[in-house]
Amino acid sequence: MSRADSEPLLEVTDYKVGFKTERGMAKAVDGVSFTLPRGSTLGIVGESGSGKSVLNRSIMGLVASRAQVETGRVKFNGIEIANTDRQAFWGTKMSMIFQDPMTSLNPVMRVGRQIGEPLRQHLGMSRAEAKERAIELMTSVGIPSPAQRIKQYPHELSGGMRQRVMIAIALAGEPELLVADEPTTALDVTVQKFILDLLGDLQANRHMAMTLITHDLGVARGRTDEIMVMYSGRVMEQAPTDDLFSNMRHPYTAALLDSSPKLSHAKHTRLRPIPGAPPDIVAPPPGCRFAARCRYAQARCLVEDPETRIMSGNHKFACHFPVGTDQGAEALANNVATGHTAAGLKISPEGVLV
Amino acid sequence: MAGTGDAHLRQGDEILLRVEDLVVEFPAGRKGRVHAVSGVSFDVAEGETLGLVGESGCGKSTTARALIQMPRPTGGSVWYNSQDLATMSAGEMREVRPDLQMIFQDPISSLNPRRKVYEIVSEGLSVWGNKQGAFTEGRVDELIEAVGLDPRVAREKRPHEYSGGQCQRISVARALVLDPRVIICDEPVSALDVSVQAQVLNMLEDMKERYGLTLLFISHDLSVVKNISDRVMVMYLGKICEIGDGDLIFDSPSHPYTNALLGAVPDPDNPYTDTAELLEGELPSPINPPSGCRFHTRCAYAQDVCRTDEPQIQQVSDGDHWVACHFPVQRETETQVEVAEKPAPKAPAAPPADSVDDSAFAALKAHRETNLR
Repeated sequence: MSRADSEPLLEVTDYKVGFKTERGMAKAVDGVSFTLPRGSTLGIVGESGSGKSVLNRSIMGLVASRAQVETGRVKFNGIEIANTDRQAFWGTKMSMIFQDPMTSLNPVMRVGRQIGEPLRQHLGMSRAEAKERAIELMTSVGIPSPAQRIKQYPHELSGGMRQRVMIAIALAGEPELLVADEPTTALDVTVQKFILDLLGDLQANRHMAMTLITHDLGVARGRTDEIMVMYSGRVMEQAPTDDLFSNMRHPYTAALLDSSPKLSHAKHTRLRPIPGAPPDIVAPPPGCRFAARCRYAQARCLVEDPETRIMSGNHKFACHFPVGTDQGAEALANNVATGHTAAGLKISPEGVLV
Repeated sequence: MAGTGDAHLRQGDEILLRVEDLVVEFPAGRKGRVHAVSGVSFDVAEGETLGLVGESGCGKSTTARALIQMPRPTGGSVWYNSQDLATMSAGEMREVRPDLQMIFQDPISSLNPRRKVYEIVSEGLSVWGNKQGAFTEGRVDELIEAVGLDPRVAREKRPHEYSGGQCQRISVARALVLDPRVIICDEPVSALDVSVQAQVLNMLEDMKERYGLTLLFISHDLSVVKNISDRVMVMYLGKICEIGDGDLIFDSPSHPYTNALLGAVPDPDNPYTDTAELLEGELPSPINPPSGCRFHTRCAYAQDVCRTDEPQIQQVSDGDHWVACHFPVQRETETQVEVAEKPAPKAPAAPPADSVDDSAFAALKAHRETNLR
């Protein structure tokens, strides 16, 4: 690699993506900034509609809609790429794997040809070279008897095999950045573990940077160097993975973690869902976007948009009353005393939303 | 994997559903048959939640569908109210259907997009009437409210105007409208976000309590199954691996397959990774399933006996915990059982261990048979 490793591969600054709708601009991504060093993994976590997929697809230049408006800066390898045509980067510089391997593969083309196509297109390989390389790639993603498999169609493969084919296609051009958009959501746990392990190994061997988009904090934990938690187009909290879990600050991150059932809990443990639904992104509420569903919410949260605060190095969060601080504890105690949050959610004496 | 046998079936009046030796096969090609479910027996007590887990293709959905005779099973019987559903005529089955309702995985595609939500929920009532008498609007309103939606809004709106979680609530209301006793939930939360998933799971628990339901809950997510189930049944390639009380199974998973499943759960604090071997290879074809234990092709502990003899379901220690394996995994517990009997993974063929105590097993079975009606 010609460039120094210290220079980040991807630098995104105050990035916004909007879609023109009849009612006004839908702010799908609303001012996101992050840097992705070479060879590292960023986990992007959030619910459906949080803007995590739009952010990545837009950075890739995959959102082709005329209704899309992109502002802010995206630097890839030091070159500004926002609002440019990024097709030349696909495959060789940045690549993507999608959630549903069935619908993202061509059902009427043999998988060998689908893997070989970018090689012939982007690297100018001959048919025979591309075939040989396709077999190598299939071996590297753990597909048994690749010489036979290249002649098969996607419907002849299991979900896990299809996802491995997707990964082989994405890696064919040796990209520097791999965007994995919910790569294992449609797969069984056993296959999921295999695919995540595989992605980790491939990434380490190739010194490739990766963004791993998921709605499951459990998947992101242990697989990423840094995690960014998104909600309603905004970054709620961003920190190195270990730091995020040991010093969780944002009530949304905590609520997300609390809401999933745990193997360590006894059966019939009452779950703690996040009440309500995400806000309207066309006309988002003033103040904190999460205030309406937050158990810490105070009057200030409803009117004043929290600024991003930086704690000890790289840990950033946007909250007036962060979890694990005196302000947060005070806010929660205050809500428990009055029996409801500032947004009107009822809260039990144990501090649980009811 | 597993095996056959019915040692784990329970006796008693509280058993609401009892499935014996259920077989479901589908024709495949000229001669082949897909062995989707092969000799599965289980029972569900009134008010209980039975969780069904396994990978895609293990036959968990097929089992549930065969139970409500959609499609009818190839063999075996399904006892409900001392009637065998499998031998009923279509007309008789129709009379029983209101008692057995179903909720599906995809909340949006399982609702008719062209109808108002209120009509979707009330349709069953307009067909069947009410057990207490005629169709009542009050009943529909009550249910829509019970699942956390506004009945007045539901009169005006169609499914696409609701979110995925709300659509799943509508499905639950629709299933409840005929006052069923059993609800079969086929991956009801797999398509939902974690925060919404928790809402729907809590709501299902509330509905179960409020309307005295018995649930059959299918999911591939082990932590969800652990949370909602009283008993858990682990399936692999159309057979039962392990069945019993949820806490016992999750505290000391005995089947190598259960261990592999638990070890794969993405949780850095996963307590099962120590005993779990990562599953290798692919799920074998159900058209030509492996001989003996169906799991032997992927099992780290497989011995010769596993290739030839199908394991029978046997009890693991005391209590409601049953496994179909020649060499069940024994975890270190406070009572520290003998670990030595378990062959080392991938070791050369060892003599069949005597961990299957034939005499004890036969005695157990004889005891059970004398207790049969």
